Amino acid sequence: MCLGIPGKIVDIYEVNGLQMGKVDFGGVTREACLAYVPEAQVGDYTLIHVGFALSIISEHEARETLDLIRQIADIDTELNLSQASSTQFQT
Amino acid sequence: MTEEFPTIQGAVCPIPLPHQEKIMLGHGSGGKMSHNLIQKYFLPALTNPILSVGDDSAVVQLTSNTDIARLALTTDSHVVWPLFFPGGDIGRLAICGTVNDLAMVGAIPLYLTVGFILEEGLEIGILERILQSMQEAAHESGIIIVAGDTKVVQHGKADGLYINTSGVGQINPNIHVSGANAQPGDVVILSGSVGDHGIAVLQARGELGFDSEITSDIAPLNQLTQAMLSVCPDIHVLRDPTRGGLATSLNEIAHQSKVGIIVKESDIPVRPAVAVACEMLGFDPLYIANEGKLIAIVPEDAQGIILSTMQKMKYGESSRVIGRVVADYPGKVLLITGIGSTRILDALSGELLPRIC
Amino acid sequence: MQTDYRDERLVQGVIEEIHKLTTQPWVLMEICGGQTHAIMRYGLDQLLPSKIELVHGPGCPVCVTSLELIDKALAIASSPGVVFTSYGDMLRVPGSGRDLFSIRANGGDVRVVYSPLDAVKIAQQYPDRQVVFFAIGFETTAPANVMSILQAKRLGLKNYSVLVSHVRVPPAIRAILTSPGNRVQGFLAAGHVCAVMGYWEYPAISELFHVPIVVTGFEPVDILQGILMTIKQLEHGEARTENGYPRIVTFDGNQPAQAIINQVFTECDRKWRGIGLLAGSGWCLRPEYAEFDAELRFSVNQIQPEESPICIAGQILQGLKKPKECPAFGTLCTPETPLGATMVSSEGACAAYYRYSLRSQ
Repeated sequence: MCLGIPGKIVDIYEVNGLQMGKVDFGGVTREACLAYVPEAQVGDYTLIHVGFALSIISEHEARETLDLIRQIADIDTELNLSQASSTQFQT
Repeated sequence: MTEEFPTIQGAVCPIPLPHQEKIMLGHGSGGKMSHNLIQKYFLPALTNPILSVGDDSAVVQLTSNTDIARLALTTDSHVVWPLFFPGGDIGRLAICGTVNDLAMVGAIPLYLTVGFILEEGLEIGILERILQSMQEAAHESGIIIVAGDTKVVQHGKADGLYINTSGVGQINPNIHVSGANAQPGDVVILSGSVGDHGIAVLQARGELGFDSEITSDIAPLNQLTQAMLSVCPDIHVLRDPTRGGLATSLNEIAHQSKVGIIVKESDIPVRPAVAVACEMLGFDPLYIANEGKLIAIVPEDAQGIILSTMQKMKYGESSRVIGRVVADYPGKVLLITGIGSTRILDALSGELLPRIC
Repeated sequence: MQTDYRDERLVQGVIEEIHKLTTQPWVLMEICGGQTHAIMRYGLDQLLPSKIELVHGPGCPVCVTSLELIDKALAIASSPGVVFTSYGDMLRVPGSGRDLFSIRANGGDVRVVYSPLDAVKIAQQYPDRQVVFFAIGFETTAPANVMSILQAKRLGLKNYSVLVSHVRVPPAIRAILTSPGNRVQGFLAAGHVCAVMGYWEYPAISELFHVPIVVTGFEPVDILQGILMTIKQLEHGEARTENGYPRIVTFDGNQPAQAIINQVFTECDRKWRGIGLLAGSGWCLRPEYAEFDAELRFSVNQIQPEESPICIAGQILQGLKKPKECPAFGTLCTPETPLGATMVSSEGACAAYYRYSLRSQ
């Protein structure tokens, strides 16, 4: 129950008293309501769900998460160089 | 203060829901509902061995002399709305759709008939634009429109206009292309990106409110198929993945040929904007209609020459191998995902609906 | 950036780490239809060690909307002059004998909208028609659904109303943990629910029931990361609430959204299809917004639901049984002929199994 994807705010304006924005998802743009992220600026990445921005994506956290996971992945790849991969589909 | 916790009171289940009394939009989506409708009502009423084959066109022999070319016959109705969308319109769709149905049984498309159902109030200018588009598509494909019909219905009984086309083509004696001919060991080739047409039309409808540069891929594929057959007359299957998308077409072939098909997700091309639109709305590009792409299932040793021929042709530039045919899992299609796991790729069920989850 | 979280090497790396860490059997549950869908779509359960059992909880709002409410929706949608708007996946859900597809086939004006604000636009376009929006969902859609009401109020629209059926995750977790026969030892909390609500409601549950809860995202790497963090806690005998989705979720969540939700909604009891009544597990409109309540605006008669004796959707929704254990699975009960709620939604646990599972074939 959470189909939300990240999009970049490219324009901010008001419609009928509501803070709205034009959001670019990478080749597709759509209008979204920015009322719940009042601090959002053009250029920010936000999580959009059913036409509403719910959260500003923290680039810092995103990078840290990926670094952490890369660490886990690299450590394991090193140790497993001599072992068979455990990924085979089971029938 | 003690908290009171809710207790679970047991299961509640609804009664089954039959959709068997009325036609639903899902019956027209090209998926399992459409298939069941045909199997349950159309085939029993109209059945004969030629109809029951289930390929994109019927193949008929006018004489018992097998050295004489066979005829391919097909019909299609076009009810797309809106009439005009990025990359095409109902007119181009009508011509190319039928040309491609003929091409997919290995036929050279020859003649076309067109029937129009026009809605009272339709602007003549729109009709003119559509006819112009049909003329251009016919010219590009080489097919000749030899007969036509026009009817007018009251305002509100058609979305502007509906078009029916019927086509006739010629299949040379050494060509035997059918959805039932896939063999274990064959290679599966796809001619280009999937999902473009369906998403372009969805965008043009405006109901979901998104914008993009996505355009429909409507194209006549007969010159491509003829070039492929000239370097390899032994192509086993040709199919254009229209309604229901790539996944549904692969399932149909797997079922017709009684084989398994394994495809690799990372080899299936999807334009980034199409992928993003699908993500946003909750669609899977593998189920979205295409109108200018084909699947070819060919003997393994012919893949090299076929691919290099396709890649030199218009509408085949992005052709690539996406999978193979196997003897296991007959009737099923498997997908190797981008992360290395394997799962079943089912046919479309009914109407495609956007998800919130 | 998005594709980083689907990178095959990262996925392999996290999988191998999970394999290394897991020394005993564990039962984990996710309560989020989107996560169920992602697990099935990417075949993640195939890659995990067999000691880890992933159970799919009642996380699909389409599956858990009560039958009574579906019947009310159908009755309203059949009313002359009504434009009934809804999120797409609700159209397939069976009520007592009909669904929104059938209403549409009989001439009802049923329209799919992507956003509730589109429903408000329709109300502005058709001032002489009653426009009703089916406001279902967990906490994730609440900010959107609620804003549509405030917008309608601001615009002075007299022809817009909502049929509310919101459910909340924390009461569901508590209900599952207190239910007899519960085997769930760790939870993946729904990432986008927590984007709205934060995760301040969960530490009390972790502590009371001694159960780890990890806020988890939706990409393959996110889900595996959530599983890894949960397993780590379980293997060390820990039971904390942790955030595995920090790029989107904060402890406090989206405060403006929570404020607006509290302004328009109040907690109430809610019936969950397949589970029953869970006290305090829903949100309903506050009396100040009663004018927008479609249940009050339309007089809809309640129909007694008829239970299918075969369908075990309730036990599947609670994670007590797997779809494969259902005698009707794949035979009588298929996405085209669903017996129960879980098969209907494209992401319901049964539909996901039917569509995607290799083992069930």
